Amino acid sequence: MTSLAEANDALAATPDAGARNAVAALQSAAQAPFYVLDEHPHPAGYSTMLGFWIYIMSDCLLFSVLFAAYGVLGGNYAAGPAPKDLFDLNLVALNTTMLLLSSITYGFAMLAMQSNNVSRTQMWLAVTAFFGLCFIGIELHEFTDMIREGATPQRSAFLSSFFTLVGTHGLHVTTGLVWMVTLMVQVGQRGLIEANRRRLFCLSMFWHFLDVVWIGVFTFVYLMGMLR
Amino acid sequence: MNSDAHASHSSAHAAMHADAHGESHAPHVTLDGYLIGFGLSVILTAVPFYLVMSGVLESKTATALAITILAVAQIVVHMVYFLHLDAKSEAGWNLMALIFTAVILIIALTGSLWIMYHLKVNMMPMDMSHLP
Repeated sequence: MTSLAEANDALAATPDAGARNAVAALQSAAQAPFYVLDEHPHPAGYSTMLGFWIYIMSDCLLFSVLFAAYGVLGGNYAAGPAPKDLFDLNLVALNTTMLLLSSITYGFAMLAMQSNNVSRTQMWLAVTAFFGLCFIGIELHEFTDMIREGATPQRSAFLSSFFTLVGTHGLHVTTGLVWMVTLMVQVGQRGLIEANRRRLFCLSMFWHFLDVVWIGVFTFVYLMGMLR
Repeated sequence: MNSDAHASHSSAHAAMHADAHGESHAPHVTLDGYLIGFGLSVILTAVPFYLVMSGVLESKTATALAITILAVAQIVVHMVYFLHLDAKSEAGWNLMALIFTAVILIIALTGSLWIMYHLKVNMMPMDMSHLP
């Protein structure tokens, strides 16, 4: 601003044509648009966190559609069993506890990673995977009980949307478990190198995101189902 | 005017890149952060289960409203303490993506529920005795 104003003053004050041209050139140079045409180098994985976050947000949209479908169809029992006949809140509370515990133990794994402790990182990852396995085990137990009672996905629109929503979440947790075991092996083989830290952080986002989805599931499917 | 705008733009650009090109741009995690997040989550999970299982609130609508508010609060707690989301991470793009997702999510959910509810009401078999 000041340099431009000075240039303007100088332009007005200069009687000499050559100097005037020089000042005008300076002025247009100051106003010329500025582009960076050449791509500057980026270190490996510098945009991974943002990219992974955007993946998680797209996954969030996938779940929002499943929640919407459940919200619309959740009351259509087709004279079949209703949530009150099927859900056992004690089991759901136990499952929620498992997932919540696995969230904090993953946090401990991140803390161990931050202090460069390979074996402690692996140990906490194993504890997290154990809680994740408990969650999947309890969920499968619940599903088998329901199916044995005849409450299969084909029974009613409520059950179709229930199994789709809760099952998709369960599949995500299973994928997370496979990823967790893979990372435990990789950390064991290569140590806590930069690439492994990045992967562990991505899995951390994925795992905590699954816990966020579960908050929606236990609130809107199980607890609200008992209120219907 | 223009030179000024350029100066501020390029310095903002440089700051963004200095941030993005750091050694490790994963946020620094702390034990305190995780413990606070876990403590709050336990409370925000236990209360809705208690409300529904004991039925302390007489009205079902009040219970539903209460557990919805608690769920939203718990989601925010998880975002802040476990997903380490703040306005500064990735120069604000994380938060921007989240806000965009939240808008789409709210439109998809409320839109579906609203439209399908009215469709259902209007498709109800009519009681013939009320017809003229």
